Amino acid sequence: MQPGEEVAMTNTVSIATTINGSEHTLDVEPRTLLVHMLRDELGLTGTHTGCETGQCGACTVQLNGAAVKSCMILAAQADGQEVTTIEGVAPQGSLHPIQQAFWEEHGIQCGYCTPGVIMSALSLIAGNPEPSEEEIRHALEGNICRCTGYHNIVIAVREAAARVARGEGPQSIH
Amino acid sequence: MHPHPFSYHRAASVGEALSMLNEFGDEGKLLAGGHSLLPIMKLRLAQPGRLIDISGLTDLAGVSLDGDTVRIGALTTHHEIESNGILASSVGLLPEIAHGVGDQQVRNRGTIGGTLAHADPAADYPAGTLALDVRIVALGPTGERTIPIDEFFTGFLTTALESNEILTTIKVPALVANTGYRYEKLANPASGYATVGVAAVVTVGANGEVSAVRIGITGVGDVAYRPRAVEEALIGTLPSDESVKSAAETAVEGIELLSDIHGPAEYRARVTKNLVRRAVLKALERAKV
Repeated sequence: MQPGEEVAMTNTVSIATTINGSEHTLDVEPRTLLVHMLRDELGLTGTHTGCETGQCGACTVQLNGAAVKSCMILAAQADGQEVTTIEGVAPQGSLHPIQQAFWEEHGIQCGYCTPGVIMSALSLIAGNPEPSEEEIRHALEGNICRCTGYHNIVIAVREAAARVARGEGPQSIH
Repeated sequence: MHPHPFSYHRAASVGEALSMLNEFGDEGKLLAGGHSLLPIMKLRLAQPGRLIDISGLTDLAGVSLDGDTVRIGALTTHHEIESNGILASSVGLLPEIAHGVGDQQVRNRGTIGGTLAHADPAADYPAGTLALDVRIVALGPTGERTIPIDEFFTGFLTTALESNEILTTIKVPALVANTGYRYEKLANPASGYATVGVAAVVTVGANGEVSAVRIGITGVGDVAYRPRAVEEALIGTLPSDESVKSAAETAVEGIELLSDIHGPAEYRARVTKNLVRRAVLKALERAKV
């Protein structure tokens, strides 16, 4: 939509958003939250809904490279922006080094929080290639994990940072 | 969890946002980062009929230095405040506060103007802005006016802003020489909000006497406040650990303390006095360096 354009209550908002590198044009209700657009309209169910009140971080995605909670942003506000979800971190059939690290270091139990944790951790690593344990824990304060006690998550993020710093890329799972 | 239906209007300029705000009257509400507004809309504590999205107005974001005054645009995110070079060198208290606001995701999206306009009694910036003696610039239909921070927070979730005004800028005096600062916070472990937050800004004279002191307290009452008795007890004195501790004992005088699941009033009172003591002592230590 264009700036200044008015949308009546019953109408929808037309938006064009780049999601995982592809542009999507959609009509959404003004109150549609970004997380619901991703999951319900586009089938990108890797982004989870947890508390839906901005506390748990399960819905974390990247908006223009910054980790955000997609339940706290209107889909309409993603118009003209770039969104990356967990599906977009590595090509289909391969794992990003951070996904490999979570697998190998057992940074996962039930897995519900994992996509959100990974999106937050990727934002951290992008700006800080060698984060300390304290910095990792600070960056993940907005992601609640009720299984692991965070211990292996922190180890996995450290390992991921080291792999990314070494220039490792996605690896095929086959 | 969806908010009640509303219509969505994206403002192309501050002027357009202002005219929409006037046209929509009570139905209109400004949307910036949305990290205070959308949660309360989802809980149906607020049901504005029309949202005016100002989040794309880049001229309302950013930090600049204008003589001895740092100007912070209302849409500047907590993350930007945490990492901004001008603030780091001129008003280090604000990055110190921003570092502990919410979490990474909240800091990437939430804005200082939104936080101040929302005036949550447990938000962090109210304490810091009171201690820094900032000025709030509000733009309304008849032009701009400047509100001293001491007159800005008027009650629970209430400020001196009129419903047809937009908070555009926060003007912060750069800290003068021999000034130290500190933000002490007991954070709620789930939300990151302050159960108690204390900001202190202290300037010392040539002989080590307190020549200026301002303290802001959040999380404790309905609205952030300055503990005037503590400030008055310290001003002009040569401070010691004992005198600061004794001054801090008056930190909740005349305040009706919040009492909730995060802390009964008695507990909040005790924590507040302790954090006032710690914040002032740390600020003094930094002032002398």
